[in-house]
Amino acid sequence: MSKTPAGTLYRGREGQWSWVGHRITGVVIFFFLLVHVLDTSLVRVSPEAYNAVIGAYKNPLMGLGEAGLVAAIIFHAFNGIRIILIDFWKKGPKFHRQMLWIVLALWAVTLTVFLIRHLPNVFGGH
Amino acid sequence: MAQTIQPPRSYDNTKTGIKYNRTGGSGSNFEMIGWLFMRLSGIVLLVLIFVHLYVNLMVGDGIQAVDFGFVAGKWADPFWQVWDLAMLWLAMLHGTNGVRTIINDYADKDGTRFWLKMILYAATVVILVLGTLVIFTFNPCPPGAAAELLPSFCSAS
Repeated sequence: MSKTPAGTLYRGREGQWSWVGHRITGVVIFFFLLVHVLDTSLVRVSPEAYNAVIGAYKNPLMGLGEAGLVAAIIFHAFNGIRIILIDFWKKGPKFHRQMLWIVLALWAVTLTVFLIRHLPNVFGGH
Repeated sequence: MAQTIQPPRSYDNTKTGIKYNRTGGSGSNFEMIGWLFMRLSGIVLLVLIFVHLYVNLMVGDGIQAVDFGFVAGKWADPFWQVWDLAMLWLAMLHGTNGVRTIINDYADKDGTRFWLKMILYAATVVILVLGTLVIFTFNPCPPGAAAELLPSFCSAS
């Protein structure tokens, strides 16, 4: 017999994985936010200083990083709405799994729309 | 193999005949207010950040168009100053409370937990003060800067 406890309603299933995803994306967004306020603060130093640093965001590698960041933000935003519905909507707990699949579908659609605009800007040979 | 699951680390609390294993707490509503704040600020942040991403990364040339002139053009308008100020404060407080929760969950030692949170709060204060000052003391037409780096309205005087 397995030494680990058998699966439960939560463990290893949609509930726990969405919680893991929410934590990881939240931490990623938080650390980007710290850096983003610092880089934006350079507008107070000089136009040259700001343009030099923001120029780093325009290379292809950073462009892919931005795509990853936006992917994290969209998931965190939509899954956050799902958490609110679980907490406040009478039928939220019953449909939490179905709502996760809706979150993931909306995430894929929204991210695709973003990438259609963003990737040509990054790789468009400006 | 029989597993014994320990009761939560709290005292027994009985209310109208039902036993709840919950801490008595400090008598403060802080954690409940924090819980509510995460949900309310989350909804507002969804709108603030989605519009921020749309305007800055999806319209026109997106990231390629972001430079000093772009930021100066936005912050010349009080609408975007207030927008970005709201985004700064709500996002920092939402993020700080989230990281505080994670520290409380994973840092077992009292000292570690205390110092990690002190570092977190110090970073939050620095970022909030810096960001707020930058939004409100920003000059879109700094004297002595090259005209081609500035928004077009700087030379229109």
